[in-house]
Amino acid sequence: MDIDWQLFADSFWPILVGGATGTIPLALSSFAIGLVIALGVALLRLSPLKPLRAVGWFYVSVIRGTPLLVQLFFIFYALPALGWVVPPWPSAILAFSLNVGGYAAEIIRAAILSVPQGQWEAGYTVGYSKAQTLWRVILPQAVRVAVPPLSNTFISLVKDTSLASVVLVTELFRVARQIATFSSEFVAIYLEAALIYWLFCLVLAWGQGRIERRLSRHVVR
Amino acid sequence: MSSAEKPLLQVTGLRKRFGDNEVLRGIDLEVRRGQVVAIIGPSGSGKTTVLRSLNGLEVPDGGEIAIEPGLHLDFQYPLTDAHRYGLRDRSAMVFQNYNLFPHRTVLQNVTDAPIRVRGLPRAQAVAEAEALLARVGLAEKRDAYPYELSGGQQQRVGIVRALALKPELLLFDEPTSALDPELVGEVLQVIKELADEGWTMVIVTHEISFARQVADEVLFIDGGVVVERGAPKRILTDPQEERTARFLQRLLHPFDD
Repeated sequence: MDIDWQLFADSFWPILVGGATGTIPLALSSFAIGLVIALGVALLRLSPLKPLRAVGWFYVSVIRGTPLLVQLFFIFYALPALGWVVPPWPSAILAFSLNVGGYAAEIIRAAILSVPQGQWEAGYTVGYSKAQTLWRVILPQAVRVAVPPLSNTFISLVKDTSLASVVLVTELFRVARQIATFSSEFVAIYLEAALIYWLFCLVLAWGQGRIERRLSRHVVR
Repeated sequence: MSSAEKPLLQVTGLRKRFGDNEVLRGIDLEVRRGQVVAIIGPSGSGKTTVLRSLNGLEVPDGGEIAIEPGLHLDFQYPLTDAHRYGLRDRSAMVFQNYNLFPHRTVLQNVTDAPIRVRGLPRAQAVAEAEALLARVGLAEKRDAYPYELSGGQQQRVGIVRALALKPELLLFDEPTSALDPELVGEVLQVIKELADEGWTMVIVTHEISFARQVADEVLFIDGGVVVERGAPKRILTDPQEERTARFLQRLLHPFDD
């Protein structure tokens, strides 16, 4: 079969713009909010109080035990039936944030646990409160452990945002689908969409390497 | 008795249990201002638990700790955060494994708590830290990270971090046990200088000859009780208790039967 290379070239820019104005902001904002949720849930999971630990466990279990597409549909289609109408963008950000929150919580929890107990004690002994010790001593060291798995989570998120196209968010894949539907050039357009996702992920993987090198400068290798 | 004559630290009947293991069975300890007390004893004897209790890192099940003036803790009541901060405000701890903050430079390790916790202006905290680092021979390491230092240097930074808090009571938990033998001397030298300067210290140690040189009093702890206490010369050369004698024998002559 012939590939319409002219269409391929013409649609590169619109699809890329869809990525830059849809995929990337969606992924970035969801990831940022998701990390805040994740830190909170991780701290719940590490709490000395059993009820708080149970809440954290329940959250992680529900998020990881249900498909992201179902979570997205629930927020966009089911919540309005219960009286809460959430517009496309907020519902997508909400779904992705909650989802990242569940997965990243376990990463952050493990990273916090990887910091030796002596570091908590050293923080306490110089007079830091629990919160100060966490913030000034433990988290900076935990970050180094958490960055590689969190980068994976982020890269997965960038690709998962394509699901937002089904709740009417204009992002990379929705633009591609519209072009493909009008032109019927499925091979060219979906190949191109895949290529642009790949491009984004290459850049992200490169950034991940840089961050990891920067964070490991204070440890003996 | 006026408060000036009261000992700086008074520990009475300290008890602590980990599950079935009763690690402290009524420890009494008194430290006057300027005094150096060394605690010796076999591993698992409870000596480190006593020290950690003084810094609020361990919460005893019973007994009392008083730091004069003004801090009186009775462990039959729950320990509040105010109590913990009280203990940490008055005492500072030097750990066996140094426990420096690996992501911070030497200077940041030393100055952050004085700035954040004690509210010292940054310039003053830095000036004081630099003076202390110079004292222990590490002035030129102020911008180094802990991984760039030897164990002996790291422990000297650990001591400086404790000194920067201006504690009334310095606590040392086996400060040379993690060090290579050739690095032990430089750390002991620093501690000895602090003793000569009049710092009040409690030192848990296995360095018998050091304890003899530096301590005003030695406590031998075994099985969670103080078996014997007294002047270092008497305890270390002429112990009255069988258990003390056996411990010293094992420590000083490990290959004899």
